[in-house]
Amino acid sequence: MSIIRTEELCKNFGDLQVLQNVNLTVNSGEVVVIIGPSGAGKSTLLRSLNTLETITSGKIFIEDNLFCRAEQGVIKEEMSKEDKKAALLDMGMVFQRFNLFPNMTVKENVMAGPVHVKKTPKEEAEKRALELLEKVGLADKADAYPSRLSGGQQQRVAIARALAMQPKIMLFDEPTSALDPELVGEVLNVMKDLAAQGMTMLCVTHEMGFAREVADKVVFMADGQILEEGTPEEIFNHPKTAKAQQFLSSVL
Amino acid sequence: MNDFSRILTWLPQLLLGARTTIVITILAVGIGLILSLFLALGKMSRIFVINKFCSAYIFFFRGTPLLMQIYFLYFGLPQFHPALTIRSAFVAAMIAYTLNSAAYLAENIRAGIQSIDKGQFEAAKTIGMSGAQTMRLVIIPQAVRRLIPPVGNEFIMMLKDVSLVAIIGLADLTKVTRAISSSSATALVYIPAMIIYLIITALFQFVFNTLEKKYSVYE
Ligand SMILES: Nc1ncnc2c1ncn2[C@@H]1O[C@H](COP(=O)(O)OP(=O)(O)OP(=O)(O)O)[C@@H](O)[C@H]1O
Ligand SMILES: [Mg+2]
Repeated sequence: MSIIRTEELCKNFGDLQVLQNVNLTVNSGEVVVIIGPSGAGKSTLLRSLNTLETITSGKIFIEDNLFCRAEQGVIKEEMSKEDKKAALLDMGMVFQRFNLFPNMTVKENVMAGPVHVKKTPKEEAEKRALELLEKVGLADKADAYPSRLSGGQQQRVAIARALAMQPKIMLFDEPTSALDPELVGEVLNVMKDLAAQGMTMLCVTHEMGFAREVADKVVFMADGQILEEGTPEEIFNHPKTAKAQQFLSSVL
Repeated sequence: MNDFSRILTWLPQLLLGARTTIVITILAVGIGLILSLFLALGKMSRIFVINKFCSAYIFFFRGTPLLMQIYFLYFGLPQFHPALTIRSAFVAAMIAYTLNSAAYLAENIRAGIQSIDKGQFEAAKTIGMSGAQTMRLVIIPQAVRRLIPPVGNEFIMMLKDVSLVAIIGLADLTKVTRAISSSSATALVYIPAMIIYLIITALFQFVFNTLEKKYSVYE
């Protein structure tokens, strides 16, 4: 079963066509890694999936149900409000710049969604938050404010915050790009653990080692289009398009 | 009588004037603060009527002299319709100052909210928070921290703007000082009066510095 599928997804910013007929499928349990040069539309694709951007045309399916269909910048069809809300909660998102809430402690950040959105009782949410922090190796920072943490630690909290909503898929938008090189590993390790536990993941990253090791499928994007997709072996060792060859030779 | 004992005899009157000044300042900025939150949210609203109304309100009160607003409210409105008469000069002053400070504070609040990183709204949205929850739990607490200095500033400005109430017959600290000065035929009274102003200002500063420290724990 696919968790997310797009059909002929297009997104324009004014006259700029940022996504052109993107057909992407992420199946349950899969780790899909999107690579591609800057400006390819990778972030925009992720942000279109969870409605941070509104799509210009095309269809998005969540678990094979039509999530929304747009034509010429107008939403023509979409799920009922409740279904849409539930579907959005099934998508966790991790941002390049963490975006933790600085006015809340680490634990409060992780509890915020369960307590205020899912109306989970506080004690239960707290217990669960501490478990998640344990999982990302930050149990001892539960009561610290985000500003006291390193970038790598902040990003791990951000992952815990997203996981607290028990999503069916995690979207990662260059989760390690804002980190000092020595902090990248700790975040990738958390992501590898997640993948090993069967979490469905859609990651934009420039960490080719991670992609090779963890991805079930690698998608190469350039100029708003998916130019190639395949196993890491296929994409990294036998890229077909000139653009992918050129991109890979510049990053590997 | 030496100067010091003369000052002492004026002190009760001066303190009475100071009380009027402080009460108007605190009430006007305090109530203005609540009003300004709605104005600020209104000015950021995408609902056309609300947006335009709040923008016009802010434009009007920042764009005309406070003195004229007080005059108009107290002396002008009754001429348009007797029902609009405000009998108490104190109430009239309170209304004018509150409406006026709300306009200034609203602009500060709007700037405070808009200075919060867009990523905060996005992160809140991805964990399912509604717009109202995002404001209440994430944006406003952060904006409050940034608002403490400008609100403190508004208190200090207002403290001195209150001296305009003399024109509708209220005896604030400045008015009392001038009265004493002319009846005693000396400018000596200005010295204790200015000291009282400085003490009040220092108190405001102390309170706001403390608040700022308290709200900075997470920085
Ligand atoms: N809000 C916006 N308004 C206008 N143009 C935008 C907006 N967001 C992105 N773009 C443009 O869309 C294109 C794709 O941007 P996007 O951020 O999706 O690329 P990306 O593949 O994520 O790149 P990077 O690797 O640099 O993050 C770029 O040309 C960018 O300038
Ligand atoms: Mg990007």
